[in-house]
Amino acid sequence: MISRAHKYLFALLLAVCVVMAVFLIRLRNRAQDRLQAQGTSVPQSIAEPAGSPPKTVTLFVPNDLDDSMTTVERTIPLPADENAQARVLLEALIEAWRAPDSTHPIHVEKGVDDVYFVPVPQGKGASGPGGQMAVVDLNGALAAAQPSGIEPETLTLLSMMATLHANLPDVTEVHFLVDGQARETLAGHADLTRTYLAAEAEQRPGPAEPASAGR
Amino acid sequence: MRWTEGLAFLGLLAGVVLAQTAQGPAAPAKGPLPQAPNLPPMQAPAPMAPVQPPRLVVVVDAAHGGNDSGARIGDGVLEKSVTLELAGRLRSVLKARGLEVVMTRQTDSDMTPLDRAQTANHAMAGACLVMHATATGSGVHLYTSSLSPTQRTAFLPWATAQAAFVTQSLKLESEIDSALVHAAIPVTLGRASVQPMDSLACPEVAVEMAPLVAGHVTSGRPLTDVSYQKQVVDALAAALEQWQSDWKQ
Repeated sequence: MISRAHKYLFALLLAVCVVMAVFLIRLRNRAQDRLQAQGTSVPQSIAEPAGSPPKTVTLFVPNDLDDSMTTVERTIPLPADENAQARVLLEALIEAWRAPDSTHPIHVEKGVDDVYFVPVPQGKGASGPGGQMAVVDLNGALAAAQPSGIEPETLTLLSMMATLHANLPDVTEVHFLVDGQARETLAGHADLTRTYLAAEAEQRPGPAEPASAGR
Repeated sequence: MRWTEGLAFLGLLAGVVLAQTAQGPAAPAKGPLPQAPNLPPMQAPAPMAPVQPPRLVVVVDAAHGGNDSGARIGDGVLEKSVTLELAGRLRSVLKARGLEVVMTRQTDSDMTPLDRAQTANHAMAGACLVMHATATGSGVHLYTSSLSPTQRTAFLPWATAQAAFVTQSLKLESEIDSALVHAAIPVTLGRASVQPMDSLACPEVAVEMAPLVAGHVTSGRPLTDVSYQKQVVDALAAALEQWQSDWKQ
């Protein structure tokens, strides 16, 4: 025979369980709403960082015809956060590729999903470059719009590496992902399985002399 | 007595040796073998022929193939078809010039970078050309591996075997560059990271052919223009013929 006291206790515990379940469901919904709000606010902050002071940056714009890169200076508002700075720099570069008179035409609205930094481990001999590795997560739309070929793909990667290194000198290595995933090539040619040294981009020649025959 | 028997055996042995020495060299055996006086006079050995340099083996890799179409070049033209066509033309011209050619693929078949590198490295080639094509740019783009040069050792790491050949690859690139410029074809040079280039244990250059954009010294010609392809192939063959005498230096 169950005593009355036990019955009351059981009913009370059941009521507490129901209240707690309702409370947890409400908490979960609130957290979901907050994350969604954060997710939609990120691109807005990249496009126009509120209150960020304008800064002159150097972009390395490639030229497909002579396989060279030209430096272009732009004054754009840069956010304080380094990751956001890198995203803004690369979006400015992609905007240059999108221009009607572009020498490296790639027509894509959003090219970079995210950039994050990882410290480069230095060995005992400290022979490595040190600094930071920028992991650039490209949008799948950029890879789809990228013209296929060794030259155009290599120029795309080198111009991003050179632009990052010129404006964020701590960046010594760059690794590329597409849609958050490792991928073999950008568009069938340029190897994305390896990590690039940012200094490789600096070895690129400038624009060719117009007088040189055949070059 | 045992010691007297031993002494007698030694004496007998010494006697046999002395008798053999006194007879002089053994007489030629009689029988069907020709006697010394009947032998034709010995001729002086012919002067040795000059040592031929080892024949240059050229590996020609037509990039892409099978499900991997490569770049889309114009209407219905795929990079895999252009590279196969170019490679076939180059093989014919090189063979006509007496060079040995190994192709990584001769049909529209799937090949992994590993397969290509295995074929090339097995051939012990003196030159490897990786043929590509693109709709971007103008003329011919020449690329060598972006690996830093290292010393050649008995065993090379597969993923970076090309590092031991980078210096030779740059020389080969320079010879191809000269031949193309001589043929009035615009050339751009660069370093790139494209598979299977880094795994090739031979002097190698990636040759990426682009359409000719009309300019000061050139008239516009599409990639599929047979005379343009022939012009590029002839220049490559001339460079490799020159390389035949230079690559061992």
